[in-house]
Amino acid sequence: MIAELGHFALTLAFAVALFQVVVPLVGAGRGWVDWMRAAMPAALMQFLLTGFAFAALMNAFVTLDFSVRIVAENSNSQIPVLYRVSGTWGNHEGSMLLWVLILTLFGAMVAAFGRNLPLGLKARALSVQAMIGAAFYAFILFTSNPFDRLIPAPLDGRDLNPLLQDIGLAIHPPFLYLGYVGLSMAFSFAVAALIEGRVDAAWARWVRPWTLAAWVALTIGIALGSYWAYYELGWGGWWFWDPVENASFMPWLAAGALLHSALVVEKRSALKAWTIFLAILAFSLSLIGTFIVRSGVLTSVHAFASDPTRGVFILAILTVAIVGSLTLFAWRAPAMRSEGLFQPVSREGGLILNNLLLAVAAAVVFTGTLAPLVREFFDGAKISVGAPFFDLAFTPFMVLLFVAMPLGSLLPWKRGDLGRVMARLWWAAAAALALGGVVWGLQTGDALLAPVGLALAAWLILGVFVEIGARIGLPRASPAVALGRLARLPRADWGKFLAHAGMGLSVMGIAAVTAWEIEDIRLAKPGDVIPLGGYQLHFDRVSEGQGPNYVYQRGHFTVTRDGEPVAVMEPEKRFYPVQGQPTTEAAIDSGLTRDLYLVLGDKQQEGDAWVVRSYLKPLVNWIWLGALAMGLGGLISLTDRRYRVGAATRRRAAAAVPAE
Amino acid sequence: MRVILLLLALLVAAPALAVQPDEMLADPALEARARAISKEVRCLVCRNESIDDSNAALARDLRLLVRERLTAGDSDAEVLGYLVERYGEFVLLRPVFSAANALLWFAGPIAFLLGLIAIVAYHRTRRPRAAANAAPLSDAEKRRLDDILNG
Repeated sequence: MIAELGHFALTLAFAVALFQVVVPLVGAGRGWVDWMRAAMPAALMQFLLTGFAFAALMNAFVTLDFSVRIVAENSNSQIPVLYRVSGTWGNHEGSMLLWVLILTLFGAMVAAFGRNLPLGLKARALSVQAMIGAAFYAFILFTSNPFDRLIPAPLDGRDLNPLLQDIGLAIHPPFLYLGYVGLSMAFSFAVAALIEGRVDAAWARWVRPWTLAAWVALTIGIALGSYWAYYELGWGGWWFWDPVENASFMPWLAAGALLHSALVVEKRSALKAWTIFLAILAFSLSLIGTFIVRSGVLTSVHAFASDPTRGVFILAILTVAIVGSLTLFAWRAPAMRSEGLFQPVSREGGLILNNLLLAVAAAVVFTGTLAPLVREFFDGAKISVGAPFFDLAFTPFMVLLFVAMPLGSLLPWKRGDLGRVMARLWWAAAAALALGGVVWGLQTGDALLAPVGLALAAWLILGVFVEIGARIGLPRASPAVALGRLARLPRADWGKFLAHAGMGLSVMGIAAVTAWEIEDIRLAKPGDVIPLGGYQLHFDRVSEGQGPNYVYQRGHFTVTRDGEPVAVMEPEKRFYPVQGQPTTEAAIDSGLTRDLYLVLGDKQQEGDAWVVRSYLKPLVNWIWLGALAMGLGGLISLTDRRYRVGAATRRRAAAAVPAE
Repeated sequence: MRVILLLLALLVAAPALAVQPDEMLADPALEARARAISKEVRCLVCRNESIDDSNAALARDLRLLVRERLTAGDSDAEVLGYLVERYGEFVLLRPVFSAANALLWFAGPIAFLLGLIAIVAYHRTRRPRAAANAAPLSDAEKRRLDDILNG
């Protein structure tokens, strides 16, 4: 019964969304205030209805109502309560419902808190938001109804994929969706601005927090996914250039570009058309990501063709959204004038370079991800594009970006002087080069990865310190004055420092672990000692036992270094009988300087020997600490008071004059 | 019950994780080359995974094949060539430079160059136009200016 109510609420939400598409848009066109105002209650109502539908589905999962098809397919009576809850979105239908829930949440937030938004812009943005919503309601209701019943109901469910029974993966999708859907806000504002024909500083000030929030959520979501892969998949890889990863990585790159270019619109009233274009692009990439993940098109064109309804539906949404918004863009954008003048060498110029490099990087990921599909479609050739390609084609642009980052962030607006900037940065550059040189001299072999990577990381991090010094007037100002200035720096600046330094931390982790990882694969018997980069791993014994919904074999290892105990590590091999799937649970001894990573493999047919893989991964945690710092930097920037006070109010009357 | 489950686990839990000790070559230099090649070769039945990472039985066969060829004295390129001959270009995770793949390989550099050209053009065309734009105020703007100046 509750499931049927959920279904009904979702249908109502669809109807409300259709209302919200038409009425505010017509109202804004005609200048009818009442019609524009109707967008607000409609957005709130949509959120309440979708929230109810989602709660109804979650109720079915928590109470194990196996008469609901997707519960029977994705849950089980043995499953821990946490994964019953997360099972709600651990499947196609539920995750799409979560997608629209977040969409309506953002719409409701604009309706509730956007008091100082001009009414016309707000009505149009909410209308565009409702168009996206309506498309996805239709998708859910017609192709992926989460409330389908299964009659007769089975006695027990088929269990959640054991790989998904993990806290990291339980919260990974909601973060990614917050990011994808947050970009829909930037998109809606961009399309609304195109309809209105006006982009100004107030617009940019409204769009930037949404983009920033979306970017933060994507950063956290991607980092969570990467960390999950690291500890769960059993060989300590943290990035695979898998199409599904790329699907979330492309919007992240575009959002990173957008949030920098919106800065130029806000502060200097330039790059307007480009920023609008990026907003459209970023959300289009989110939609493409959803399409890639949801249609299964990249596993094989044939998988797509065998069950095409869902894929075709999302493809249709994708086409209408992208073609529609780009047409509108081509029609309206030429009328947008940028006022701010600037020299090529200036903060604006640096931000343009940032945008160029991020956009090119996104283009490389895009072509690499879709190339197999395109080749198969056009000449039937089957090719693979994997990590070796991306490492080669993607990295050079990142290197350029990192080289330019400290320079660009120190350049003044309008007109800058590279010589003057280098005069401040020279010691950071010297220190970074020296570090690179030392690393290059110490290591055996001639790989450039570690020296270049670590030098870049040092350059990024030291560059942030130089920038802080420059902002507070060092070395000329007295320490007291400088400290006072430090305390008064706006939060947006701290956010920027933290995010830029976080990038440096991640680069450092990536370079160190890629260049210096030590691996040992061997057959070992209980009682053996495995030496690993200065550590001794003592293989004590193997025990067997039973978890809540699995059985396990557990290896017991004591780790020592020079006779001193360091850690006890217990890697497991698990078997989930309901899904008939084995998994490996690596044991990880985490640390700031290194991770010890231990995996128990199979027992040999004869004798008492086990396959044991052990890894020493230097600085690997810095990859995610850096991502965390980037996310935190974004959050701190979001709390800057300029976003909270009524800075975004426009002079013009609310009922905006149509463009032409 | 537990015993049955464990037996079941032992029966089903066949997939071995990536490189196995019994596959590895005694010569460390040769083994290192085998690992490097393995990272470039796709496990044909997996989703974009290299045979070095994959647990599939087929990946193991390919890993053994790579080592067999290396022991027989093939160069790295010859091993990859041999695999492409048998399984097609699909087996390579790094597509070959060819006319058909030109767009894939050059997408980044071309986009970068076009972007640079666009930026230069932007700076070129912008100065005179902006100067022209700066000159006259529209009537509405004049009125607003008057309003502001006269309070």
